[in-house]
Amino acid sequence: MAVRKKIDKIEFRLFSSKMIQKLSAAKIYTPNTYDEDGYPIEGGLMDPRLGVIDPGIKCKTCGGRLGECQGHFGHVELTRPVIHVGYAREVYLLLKMTCRVCGRILIQKEELDSYKLENITPTESNAIWENAQKVSESEGKCPHCGEKQVKIKFVRPYSYYEGENNLLVTDIRERFEKINDEDLRYLGLKVRPDWLILSSIPVLPITTRPSITLESSDRSEDDLTHKLVDILRINQRLEENINSGAPQLIIEDLWDLLQYHVATYFDNGITGIPPARHRSGRPLKTIAQRLKSKEGRFRKNLSGKRVNFSARTVISPDPNLSINEVAVPEIIAMELTVPEEVNDRNIEELRLYVLNGPHVHPGAHNVITPIGRKRIMEENKEEIAKTVTEGDIVERHLKDGDVVIFNRQPSLHRISMMCHRVRVLPEKTLRLNTAVCAPYNADFDGDEMNLHVPQSEEAIAEADILMKVQECIISPRYGKPIIGGRQDHVTGMTLLTRDEVELSRAEALDITRNTVELPKGKKRFTGKEIFSLMLPKDFSLEYKGKQSRVKIDKGKLVSGVIDKEGLGGILLEKLFTRYGSDVSREFIDKSTLLSIRAIMKYGFSVGIDDSDLSEEALKKIRDITKKAKAKVDELVQSYHKGELRIIPGKSMEETLEDMVMAELSHVRNAAGEIAEEYSRHTSSLIMSRSGARGSLLNLTQMAGIVGQQAVRGKRIKRGYNARTLPHFKKGDVSSEANGFVASSFKMGLTPTEYFFHSMGGRESLVDTAIRTARSGYMQRRLINALQDLVVYPDGTVRGDTGVIVQFNYGEDGIDPTNECYIEGF
Amino acid sequence: MGSKLKNALVPKHEILDEKKSEKILKFYNITPNELPRMLKSDPAIRELNPKVGDIVGITRISPTAGNAFYYRLVIEG
Repeated sequence: MAVRKKIDKIEFRLFSSKMIQKLSAAKIYTPNTYDEDGYPIEGGLMDPRLGVIDPGIKCKTCGGRLGECQGHFGHVELTRPVIHVGYAREVYLLLKMTCRVCGRILIQKEELDSYKLENITPTESNAIWENAQKVSESEGKCPHCGEKQVKIKFVRPYSYYEGENNLLVTDIRERFEKINDEDLRYLGLKVRPDWLILSSIPVLPITTRPSITLESSDRSEDDLTHKLVDILRINQRLEENINSGAPQLIIEDLWDLLQYHVATYFDNGITGIPPARHRSGRPLKTIAQRLKSKEGRFRKNLSGKRVNFSARTVISPDPNLSINEVAVPEIIAMELTVPEEVNDRNIEELRLYVLNGPHVHPGAHNVITPIGRKRIMEENKEEIAKTVTEGDIVERHLKDGDVVIFNRQPSLHRISMMCHRVRVLPEKTLRLNTAVCAPYNADFDGDEMNLHVPQSEEAIAEADILMKVQECIISPRYGKPIIGGRQDHVTGMTLLTRDEVELSRAEALDITRNTVELPKGKKRFTGKEIFSLMLPKDFSLEYKGKQSRVKIDKGKLVSGVIDKEGLGGILLEKLFTRYGSDVSREFIDKSTLLSIRAIMKYGFSVGIDDSDLSEEALKKIRDITKKAKAKVDELVQSYHKGELRIIPGKSMEETLEDMVMAELSHVRNAAGEIAEEYSRHTSSLIMSRSGARGSLLNLTQMAGIVGQQAVRGKRIKRGYNARTLPHFKKGDVSSEANGFVASSFKMGLTPTEYFFHSMGGRESLVDTAIRTARSGYMQRRLINALQDLVVYPDGTVRGDTGVIVQFNYGEDGIDPTNECYIEGF
Repeated sequence: MGSKLKNALVPKHEILDEKKSEKILKFYNITPNELPRMLKSDPAIRELNPKVGDIVGITRISPTAGNAFYYRLVIEG
């Protein structure tokens, strides 16, 4: 749509009482809403002039029906004026800085004259605000009329005292009316201060506070309506009391009550006054509560919205899919639609879909013709199929090859949403290749994911070109692959590419089916040869893998074992930068399939005996531990004797602590080395060496020794009086009384060790909880601050008004997902 | 105190002449208002005696881009 008029500026101001009345379609004066017959009362809160919420009725003001008429404001004339709570502070400041008699700003004329009235800057008027308050603060005299000023006291949320006397709202309004317009301009105000005092309030249209009809045909009114009823009721009582000449005290009480109701109508969360409650005791949700916080209008309905053409279910893995694909259950595929324009090439196909109707898979839901939209149903599908002509748009089911956007929350980075191709399959889960779990941070313990179907050719093309999974292989965060084989893929490929692997043709065929073609006539294959079949013919690379140097020459794996670095690291990165995303995708698809077949061929399992160590190794570890404990005791003793050599810049205690820590952490390292040296060639070791899963530390802790537990980065020192646990003697300084766990997970921990271990575990648990909360908030602020920045085609980064932020994106104009990262540059 | 312009941590700042300024604006197809700003009193350029409306060219040494160029408009303050 062409832009006809451009908004130059938007200014927020206050309504005067006159404006409120002028905008009002009806004066509301009675707290009753319906008469005995259930019809709305004129002048009541459900006045038909305020809009329509029931179907079939015409609006009394504009004549529109439900949906056409967006409602009209009414107004209530308050018997006595009240303060607008949102501006209570401003009222206070204005009272302080104007004269109580003549209404001028409490600043000398000469000083005011020194400012140019035509263009007063915000800084200047801020200075005037500051200075004008000083006179009444010190009870000085007005520089204009010489009247002595009295100090004003403000009691939240809306009471004012002048000295000892309560200032009535009517008095305040009188004072404000005396302030002249020129003075207001010095203050930078564009509104009359008497508008801060409400003598009438707007009544929201009924469309914004619709009543709900319950099953028992009872009406349940909106909270705002309840609140307005309260206001009207008090307003009426106040008027009656004034007219019957009630004592001033009663009138002031009722007046205050009116003030309370009007204040809570705006905001029911003001500190200092009790929130207005519903009959059931639930606090009312008034205007401010509708807008505020996460559940409010802004964050719930405007910054984030519910959308159509989306699906969500549990995810599960499917290694037979390409990384570009996502398997969509047929039931979902029959619910989601893609609009497709009919042309001479697809007319037969689309006609078939129409003929299938909405309940058979490749079917269709609607046909959009120039005349209108027709819903396809079982009864009329044949008829509609005949009328389908070129230029119509058929909303057909999702089918194989369609472009969709797949997402998992929390959507922390851009690769949390990627574009996949649809594969419609039976069963009820969304399925993806396990190689794409990493960017989504997905696993299959019940995770759910979302799917969105783009609805225009432009959106489809954009998603396909920019967000396709194969384009996201390199992470923009660190310029290295984030998608690629992992866990069993790594293990499997490691097993396959070992030096000693040799397979018969039959075995090789079994492993490579559907992936690569074996060269004809050859009888025996090494694992390396099979792997090489997936590489481009002119690909050469040498790199240091996790466990060996890998040499690839002209597409042949010459030496080395393929591990994590090969499946998801340097090898994939080079493949991507030299041959592009298609080749990389193919490599990932094939290598993951191949490696899974390989691991299944050999079989791979982990058992408790993986962490068995020989008696000899265990003895060595025990000896080291014993020696270290003795060393610690020695250190403590020399500390008590004062013989410890103090590390410069540290106290005696810190020195001891450091040395003990060093000694104990040395134990674990030594134990790790022994465990690795003596451990048999187990599955656990294969996994940790190839980078598939688990680290050497994990193995050490299982087989050897768990090691020192830490809370706040220090050994555990506190707890009970002079000891960490009641199991120890007071003043016990031994390592085991301070959180050193000498057992291994396999042997089992002693009760005290278990307790210390739990302490460390709890700390890390709490830390992760806090970290996610904090980083989430930080992320929100960053998103809000940066969401308008756009990289333009010329490489500049500009804000929403076209202001340049960077002259070349990231200073070098490089897109890290497409460029090669140069190590050590 | 020595000149701040000579400090190794302060990238090279220079006031562009009219011809160069013109060229920059034309290259990016912008008006001076769309440039990032910098105060006239900014310590990095104070010694150059800039006028309001001048465009300051900044050449930063970047590990990935070699020399990275940046331009800022001098404003009052």
